[in-house]
Amino acid sequence: MSAFIIRRLLQAVLVMTVMSGLVFIGLYVVGDPVSMMASAEATEQDRAEIRASFGLDKPLWQQYGIFMSHALRLDFGKSFLTGQSAMGLILERMPATLELALVSMGLAVLVGIPLGIWAGLRPQAYSTRGIMAGSVLGFSLPNFWVGLMLIMVFAVQFGWLPASGRGATGHIGALDLSVLTLDGWSHLLLPAVTIALAKAALIIRVTRAATREALPMDYIKFARAKGLRWSRILRVHLLKNIMVPIVTVGGLEFGQVVAFAVVTETIFAWPGMGKLLLDSIITLDRPVVVAYLILIVFFLVMLNLVVDVLYSVLDPRVRLQGAKA
Amino acid sequence: MPACIPLGPVARFLLSGAAVVAGVSWSGIVQARDLVVALKTEPTSMDPQYHALTPNIQLSQTLFEPLVCVDADLKPEPCLAESWKADGKVWTFKLRPNVKFSDGSPMTSADVLFTMDRVPKVPNSPSSFKVYLQKVEKIEAPDPLTVRITTTEPYPLLAINMVGLPIMSAKAAAGAAPEGKTTTELNAGSGLVGTGPYKFVSWKRGSEVVFERNPHYWGKAPAWDKVIYRPISNPAARVAALLAGDVDLAEDPPTDDLERLRKEPKLTVETKASNRVIYVALDQNGEATPGITGAAPGKNPLLDKRVREAMSLAIDRTALVSRTMGGVATPAAQLLPYPMFGASKNLVNAAKPDPEKAKALLKEAGYPDGFTLVLGTPNGRYINDSKVAQTLAAMWTRIGVKASIDANAPAVFFKNRDSYAYSAYLAGWGTATGEMSNTLIALLVTPDKDKGLGTTNRARYSNPAMDKLVAEASSQMDDAARAATLAKASELAMADFAMLPIHFEHSVWAMKKNVSFKGRADQQTMVQYAVPVK
Repeated sequence: MSAFIIRRLLQAVLVMTVMSGLVFIGLYVVGDPVSMMASAEATEQDRAEIRASFGLDKPLWQQYGIFMSHALRLDFGKSFLTGQSAMGLILERMPATLELALVSMGLAVLVGIPLGIWAGLRPQAYSTRGIMAGSVLGFSLPNFWVGLMLIMVFAVQFGWLPASGRGATGHIGALDLSVLTLDGWSHLLLPAVTIALAKAALIIRVTRAATREALPMDYIKFARAKGLRWSRILRVHLLKNIMVPIVTVGGLEFGQVVAFAVVTETIFAWPGMGKLLLDSIITLDRPVVVAYLILIVFFLVMLNLVVDVLYSVLDPRVRLQGAKA
Repeated sequence: MPACIPLGPVARFLLSGAAVVAGVSWSGIVQARDLVVALKTEPTSMDPQYHALTPNIQLSQTLFEPLVCVDADLKPEPCLAESWKADGKVWTFKLRPNVKFSDGSPMTSADVLFTMDRVPKVPNSPSSFKVYLQKVEKIEAPDPLTVRITTTEPYPLLAINMVGLPIMSAKAAAGAAPEGKTTTELNAGSGLVGTGPYKFVSWKRGSEVVFERNPHYWGKAPAWDKVIYRPISNPAARVAALLAGDVDLAEDPPTDDLERLRKEPKLTVETKASNRVIYVALDQNGEATPGITGAAPGKNPLLDKRVREAMSLAIDRTALVSRTMGGVATPAAQLLPYPMFGASKNLVNAAKPDPEKAKALLKEAGYPDGFTLVLGTPNGRYINDSKVAQTLAAMWTRIGVKASIDANAPAVFFKNRDSYAYSAYLAGWGTATGEMSNTLIALLVTPDKDKGLGTTNRARYSNPAMDKLVAEASSQMDDAARAATLAKASELAMADFAMLPIHFEHSVWAMKKNVSFKGRADQQTMVQYAVPVK
């Protein structure tokens, strides 16, 4: 097990190194951060001074080398634009994004699994056709459109919910969380539903397929023959067996939401880290972009690790030692 | 009196009406009134000397005040300095007595010295405030209410430069670092003490900035108990937040939505002609130019004044403003709108389009069949920038200059422009000082790295006669004479079609009916200019 985890961590380091190199080259090709920062009136000397103070006058490979030597000490540099620690800026925004991702994935699972099982059990029913048609709509409607529609209906037309922002937050230690206050929930609801809609659609489909696959299995037939109640068969025999694909998809989707909730965060002015990434790319604030992607790579690798461990918990036949990840 | 009986209900009605009115206005007084502002861009810092950028400046000019302020039309007016006078190279500023910082301590010349001294010491500034201290040799404080600034040469722009340097408290902002309180400390609110109408409460990055009324403010009592700024970068989301009633005042709603917002009974829209000109620069460096084909090889048609004139005559600025810009712009005939300082009063109305004359001029210049031109433009830097470029390309194509556009994200555009990759490009210039010498020195004076001239003259236009006029103006201490010299320089450049001014952008704000905000030419959203409407 520990060999498995170590192998995964080494992989993560490799991916992070390659990725940071790509970001360096990519942003270098796109533009000059100094021309985005300096005021229009800045003279050539002013620009040269700014360039030197951020080390941008050195050749690219040297800049990368300096970055790497600092990164080994977990120092990811300071944001060009704000002068604050790049990683600090991201971590400051992280709770908002995690909170949004958790609530929307929670919603998606709560809605998606029961509907998916229902659709799997009654493949011919009209209700099932309704659910499946709804799920197609769910993941084919573009995210930003759904978000704007929800704002137009619930915030502008009816005025029930606020259109943007995070609202009042409660504290757990240093963490500011919207889920701790009623006002926070009212702000959280629309963006969470926007994300949950597409994710629930996916989970419905996966659950339905898994259910249909599990139903004709011998253990289900045997449980029925034993005369067990349906509710027990569903809860114990079916649910446990369909969890593996749901956890896989759910885990990956959760990672997606955390890393790239940019669109939803922008539309709802949700102060998460996705919005920070977007702003930083536009202003060529390289330290923030690199630190963000490093953090996300690390997070996704860890998430995959957790998913793999969960497999072995859910299905004893899966053995981690054998998994040549 | 028989009329007494029917009078009863009327009197009761009147009385109840009066009670209602009284009740409303009474609650209006007692009720805390907060202002929620939707910002287009979040400031990068609270440090008033870290980053010279509009989103930062508009907030620091509310927390702090400079010696000299500018009104909504960028005319200088007294602020912390009651009066000032220049005597050759020596400027004397008389400070306003009895001004207190938001912590209650008095503001004196020592604070001014501290402020000026701190400017060059702020480390890693992406856009330094040192530019406002150029040509300053020394600063002294002969007494607590007098500041004397000596410049290296007669320098008429010193007073207007003071606008960029709001005064910090020497006591509150003192610290162990060379610059006193560091940018990080100021971001957290430590040492963020000014004399402005509002004082700092909190800043949650990405989420909100909160100010509250400064009880020690020397001027008229500020109108709002609390001001909350919320950065909402997406324009549609900003409008939605306003329509939903989440915010009271929103910056820069998209031009496409203006018609709708104007019809909305709960809202008002404020527009104000700004100091930002949108122009097309035409490469005049030499015969080799990257974006032109179809002319004789190794020949740059833009060097010919007749070609530049033809391209200007091809543009129907009035149509462009009303259609492409949705009416929120003014056609431009020079680079700074009259009556701002140094703008020529002979260049108020943009020239009428004349495609026939344009074609004749092209023919005369030796291009009867025109040529092919690529117009570079940023996409998303100025209002409708790439749409404006498309319109221009279509208008030029009508006279035979077959133009196509190359639109890029701002970061890419500026890189291309700064490496001279365009023969023609569309860009904008906001004259922060509201004064023509700034515009001409940046955009049209012959580039000179050492002297810091022509820093944004990427067309490399060069006209010694105009350079001479601008140089003459830069040391003319008499305002009227300087304005006349600059106006002459502007006329000279425009007669030469040095670059093509297109329009002046209007800044737009949308707000609830119960808020009134007076727009500013510098496009800044300063909450001290917003007042509640009963």
